[in-house]
Amino acid sequence: MRSLFESTADHLTAQLSADEVLLLEFAGEGSDFVRFNGGKVRQAGHVDQAELWLDLIRGRRHAAGRVALSGQVDTDRARTLALLGRLRDALPHVPEDPHLLYSTDVTSSVREGADGLPSAGEITDDVLAAADGTDLVGILASGGIYRGFANSLGQRNWFGSHSFNLDWSLYHHGDKATKCGYAGETWDTALFADKMADARRQLSVVGRSAHKIEPGKYRVYLAPAALSEIVELLGWGGFGLKTQKTRRSPLLRAVEGECTLSPAVHLTENVADGLAPNFGAGGFLRPDQVQLFDGGQYKDSLVSPRSAQEYGVPTTGADAGEFPDSLDLAPGACARDAVLGELGTGIYVNNLWYLNYSDRPACRVTGMTRFATFWVENGEIVAPVDVMRFDETLYHVLGEGLVSLTEERDFLMSASTYDRRSTSSSRLPGALVNDFTFTL
Amino acid sequence: MTSVESLFSELNPTADFVSLRYVEARNETVRVRNDVLEPLSDQLDVGAMITVAHAGGLGYAATSDVSASGLRQALERAQTWAERTAGRSVVDFSSIEMPTPSGEYRTDVRQSWDSVPLGDRIALLKQQCAALNLGDTIVDRTASLWNTATTTRYMDNRGGRYVQEQHMLVPYLEVVANKGTETQTRTLAGRGCCRQGGMEILDAIGFRDAAPTLAEEALQLLAAEQCPTGTMDLVLAPDQMMLQIHESIGHPLELDRILGDERNYAGTSFVTLDMFGSYQYGSDLLNVTFDPTRGEQLASFGFDDEGLPATREFIIKDGLLVRPLGAHTSQARAGMEGVANSRATSWNRPPIDRMANLNVEPGDQSLDDLIGSVERGVFMATNCSWSIDDSRNKFQFGCEYGRVIENGELGAVVRNPNYRGISATFWRALSGVGDESTFEVLGTPFCGKGEPNQVIKVGHASPTCKFSDIAIFGGAA
Repeated sequence: MRSLFESTADHLTAQLSADEVLLLEFAGEGSDFVRFNGGKVRQAGHVDQAELWLDLIRGRRHAAGRVALSGQVDTDRARTLALLGRLRDALPHVPEDPHLLYSTDVTSSVREGADGLPSAGEITDDVLAAADGTDLVGILASGGIYRGFANSLGQRNWFGSHSFNLDWSLYHHGDKATKCGYAGETWDTALFADKMADARRQLSVVGRSAHKIEPGKYRVYLAPAALSEIVELLGWGGFGLKTQKTRRSPLLRAVEGECTLSPAVHLTENVADGLAPNFGAGGFLRPDQVQLFDGGQYKDSLVSPRSAQEYGVPTTGADAGEFPDSLDLAPGACARDAVLGELGTGIYVNNLWYLNYSDRPACRVTGMTRFATFWVENGEIVAPVDVMRFDETLYHVLGEGLVSLTEERDFLMSASTYDRRSTSSSRLPGALVNDFTFTL
Repeated sequence: MTSVESLFSELNPTADFVSLRYVEARNETVRVRNDVLEPLSDQLDVGAMITVAHAGGLGYAATSDVSASGLRQALERAQTWAERTAGRSVVDFSSIEMPTPSGEYRTDVRQSWDSVPLGDRIALLKQQCAALNLGDTIVDRTASLWNTATTTRYMDNRGGRYVQEQHMLVPYLEVVANKGTETQTRTLAGRGCCRQGGMEILDAIGFRDAAPTLAEEALQLLAAEQCPTGTMDLVLAPDQMMLQIHESIGHPLELDRILGDERNYAGTSFVTLDMFGSYQYGSDLLNVTFDPTRGEQLASFGFDDEGLPATREFIIKDGLLVRPLGAHTSQARAGMEGVANSRATSWNRPPIDRMANLNVEPGDQSLDDLIGSVERGVFMATNCSWSIDDSRNKFQFGCEYGRVIENGELGAVVRNPNYRGISATFWRALSGVGDESTFEVLGTPFCGKGEPNQVIKVGHASPTCKFSDIAIFGGAA
């Protein structure tokens, strides 16, 4: 993939006139996807794809496009030259762009991990063997992921990783299930077997008669996977400079200093410890860390090159949506094995689902519990709880309602595969929260 | 014979069943924000998926290399997966006789995208963006057009062939009003005014006249009281009915969800196989059709991605649940009739059960009749928040725009209108269905589902509808 990208970049650069600049971004993958249901295979296959984004610039005029690359030299030259021609044709119709910004500091880099994966077929064999007799549902994604940036100024950045992500659930009955994940760059059959054994043990609790709770306020423990749904939602317009400047950020009241979170909240976009490439939009390198909240106070924002130019601040190399992809919430002081005792009587929430804003300016969010959610009495898990809807402002959940965060954190690799496999990840503790409002 | 058909013939596959689905999609976007043209986007996506069913197993391989060698390698990969999954799949695929489609489908385009010069498109959007500007309280304005032209060629080793050319347009307006830390947004039906066709769609949806009203409504919302809280009547405009249909009829009736395929991601369903033919899904005013034959609607087609020909079918008739949204493979697994709704987002994802166009049929009440029958309630329009449980039962939805209804008349504008309910009972509270004069053809380009994940375009047409005794509330105090 790297040679495909770089040879295409070199060829396109050679086609430019002296007054033209070309920015190129690349995304490719060779992925096997195996989908499971009922402990058997539902769909299995392989996807080879490569995409190239072009941004042709002449002065302050520019036009952008994307084309699928085939890996065949003649085909790709024809496709990319055709797109380059269309972009050239468009430039006379395009006014100067006051928000155009791209890096002119040539900083090249290469980061590519070794391929230590077994074949997806071998992993599938392990999964099917371990799933025997269970109602296992889920997806295995495995293979190489590649990202690149190049420009006609000579910059070349390359990122490659070879990873798997097995995201699955074990069902007991109805909607009662336990959610599991195993992701990494090397597959360990014994470790996977341990995870399956843990999941089977949890099923015995999931299978108990459900405890019915009424809408109201409860003390809850949000496990890291549940908390990840909350911080992911905050990432949807919360941390980007553009949504803040256009007054649409759900965190606007925090940005303006009207509201704060708990002093225990130190939230960082931690590129250095994440999985995503450290080169970003426009060829800018992303800083190792951007401190979003520090001691509960809103601090810095994610800034795309366009926003940087529009609002006159430095860019953090964020993409156009200014979404985080390596969120890191600092740990707290509560040992994980003390969580049940600290929770006392309340609800242990392993997973949340389908969150959305019910009042964006107030950062009020609704969503559902899902998978293994348990009623806890006097520090002991009693029974699963049927799915419940919550509706609560995050200024409460991560503010005055936050009792403590756990010492231990989970590193969660995104299983998202919309358009292409994600390189996002998060490192999060669990959270003990008072007066969490369930409504339905 | 096209080049891809020639290459497919040369592959001369020997497996029980082999299909090739070639997709070429061109996406172009023009967007003006705060009177500044954003970077133009011109995207070309090309690739093919080969599916092999053999000895009971099934495998696929997708590639953007559609040369002879690329397709040969894809065939081999698909065969390998078919062999590996034989005897270990959820169904014996050798027991399913696949359709053998034959025909063509083309969107009816009266004024093509390419016939309008780029400069004219930019000028139109600048004009609309400017019309959204009603003063300093308006802090962000966007006008955009997204055009898609997709050609799909399907062929299999049994002689099945079809070609489909679909043209879609997604017009969009958005205006944001702000005072202090209170912000309100109005949009052109979300992105709901998307349809198949050409630039003539702009006139059909009133694109050129919509901006001032949206901006005025954003300002009204900024000054409005919170939506009242209580159990009362709810009147939903088509651009909220669209979301209500999608989430609490469409998804729970997708047969692959009922069969458990989606339980790890999009979720399961409160609907079970035994409920079809006997379950009263809604009041007897509720009639829902699956209709991929409505030419101007977003998700119309001639054939689905497994080759079933498109037909219009009642899904719910007089409130009674009639048939699921399940395509050929799901129908075989479940042993019941369904619809032609096996669809993939593009060449790089396998087809799964999707809702396509799913519509509530019009009734016989005018908007005045519906509003006039409400003693106390709220009218809501344009979805802005959606959340529903994994069985598609407990939902909470929010809208951009609301107005109180008192004693049969529309009253004050209210902000942050929300409501919640349970699908299994909500549709039985349907107490009024608008007539053709209230009926709108809408859709959304963004429906997420599947593992690996897929975003697909779906259509929803609906009249304005009234529901009784619904839990309604506003934003935080």
